[in-house]
Amino acid sequence: MANQALFRPQTAGPQPVTGAQSKARANPLLNSSDGVFADRAFGWAILGCALIVLLILALIVWQLVSRSQLSWHAFGWKFFWGQDWDPVNDQYGALPFVYGTLVSSLLALIIAVPLAVGLGVFTTEMCPKWLRGPLSFTTELLAAIPSVIYGLWAIFVLVPILRNYLQPFLAKSLGWTGLFEGAPYGIGMLAAGIILAIMIIPIISSITREVLQVVPQHQREAVLALGATRWEMIRIGVLRNARAGIVGGVILGLGRALGETMAVTMVIGNRPEIVKSLFAPGYTMASVLANEFSEAAGDLYLSALIEIGLALFLVTIIVNALARFMVWSVTRGQPARARA
Amino acid sequence: MATLFAVSTVVIVLTPLVAIFGYLVYKGFGSVNWAFLTQTPKPPGELGGGMANAIAGSVLILAIGSLLGVPLGIGAGIYLAEFGRNRFGDLVRFVSDVLNGVPSIVIGIVAYAIVVLRQKHFSALAGGVALAIMMVPTITRTTEEMLLLVPNALREAAYGLGVPRWRTTLSITLRTATSGIITGVMLAFARVAGETAPLLFTAFGNQFWNWHLDQPTAALPLQIFTYAISPYDDWHRQAWAGALVLIILIVSSVAAVRFVVRRGTLGGVA
Repeated sequence: MANQALFRPQTAGPQPVTGAQSKARANPLLNSSDGVFADRAFGWAILGCALIVLLILALIVWQLVSRSQLSWHAFGWKFFWGQDWDPVNDQYGALPFVYGTLVSSLLALIIAVPLAVGLGVFTTEMCPKWLRGPLSFTTELLAAIPSVIYGLWAIFVLVPILRNYLQPFLAKSLGWTGLFEGAPYGIGMLAAGIILAIMIIPIISSITREVLQVVPQHQREAVLALGATRWEMIRIGVLRNARAGIVGGVILGLGRALGETMAVTMVIGNRPEIVKSLFAPGYTMASVLANEFSEAAGDLYLSALIEIGLALFLVTIIVNALARFMVWSVTRGQPARARA
Repeated sequence: MATLFAVSTVVIVLTPLVAIFGYLVYKGFGSVNWAFLTQTPKPPGELGGGMANAIAGSVLILAIGSLLGVPLGIGAGIYLAEFGRNRFGDLVRFVSDVLNGVPSIVIGIVAYAIVVLRQKHFSALAGGVALAIMMVPTITRTTEEMLLLVPNALREAAYGLGVPRWRTTLSITLRTATSGIITGVMLAFARVAGETAPLLFTAFGNQFWNWHLDQPTAALPLQIFTYAISPYDDWHRQAWAGALVLIILIVSSVAAVRFVVRRGTLGGVA
């Protein structure tokens, strides 16, 4: 049978006894079965489960591609360069959403990366033993909070702080850059970037920790023996060795930030415009889906939204694949633990 | 200098965590009351009412999701661990990693396309399907990891006694790895329990009680979202209460299962 190879056992040792021999014993484990038939049925059943996993991905791709055809034929590549999002006149251009997604995610990375890497270095290299457990537990806890609760907190705590303290301060000190202009609403691109940063810190720092742990101890000892200080040891002996893995963790965080929906939708302001100032409201690909999908009347409208979904899907897949490859190149096949 | 920097990153990172939990407990406990837990929502602008139907709806949707997702994920995990050391197994592993990274809102679109469009209704079933799709990859990979930890000697011993392979896998290998697998299942459960994005246009939400699988159903995260962005103070209060209840539901269900497993009623050899 062609599929026989799929059921080849991994044990090099003895193979199961099947058929008549197995029926004869009085062991309770043996009573109820006819080995050959049951084994084959079981094999098919779990192969079925594995096939369904493949099928789910195929279904996702097929549904997204086939249902976005209408919009693709109407607009082509122009869809991603158009700036007008006008459901009333059936004109759809997704550039403001692409821009919002990219800018809010990059902002999140700029804030999160130094903090998360610092936290990872602290827990593996400097932290006293008794603090290590609680510290990593707390960061994991940060990852377990549902995103709608982050959003809730952002609306009622983060946004007022931004509006009353941080934004006036930024406008006064860095207003000349043009990035921090306009009325300090609180809600807007900056709020989205900050809440995303808080959400991706646990991912990046747990990958950093994992990667730093596989840097061999003798690397550290060698650098220290050359007379390096602790900071030089970390920089030369540890971080340089773990660079690819850390970058992988950062990209994994990026993947999460790109697809994050609820918290961003709640604080970004939801206005499809491209504005240089980070104080201004924006819109992301995921939030336009969250806000408009269930109300989309008209086939072209729905199809345009699904095309945004398809683009988001493709980008996150590529980003995640890249990240996993980079983490893997450092940890050598030990699977990345963080569930993005 | 470096130490100072590292310590300050820890402080900066922990501040929002403490702030989030602090606010959740402070605002939440001030707002949860009997009416919140037993009544359905009042019309916009009126005081009072609660999220009883949303709590029940969440339980219903999560039950559907788990019923579909858990067996599928464990089955695929068994395949990978016991038969999957070949090209096809690598493909399944790769695909489940890819699925793990798909944004939840995209999974919502797909559940909408395959269930809602067919039924012509938003429904609890569609929400359950979306959550099931999100649970499968996590469960598959943890099941595989846990099964691979079971020593081969156990499998060989069973084969040596003449136990057929399916029986070995179910009664020996799977049994041994039970507590690890349940931990994986609970991780997946905790992850989807707070998901809002895939429910927006599948379960859709509902202001009333609903027990029909093919009708729009309220869910706690959806209700928190709707209330949080509303202009009413009383709804904001209830959003905090809902958030607290959601966190308590997640933590207590995870803790309960772990407790039962540790007590050995479900635990296997290990």
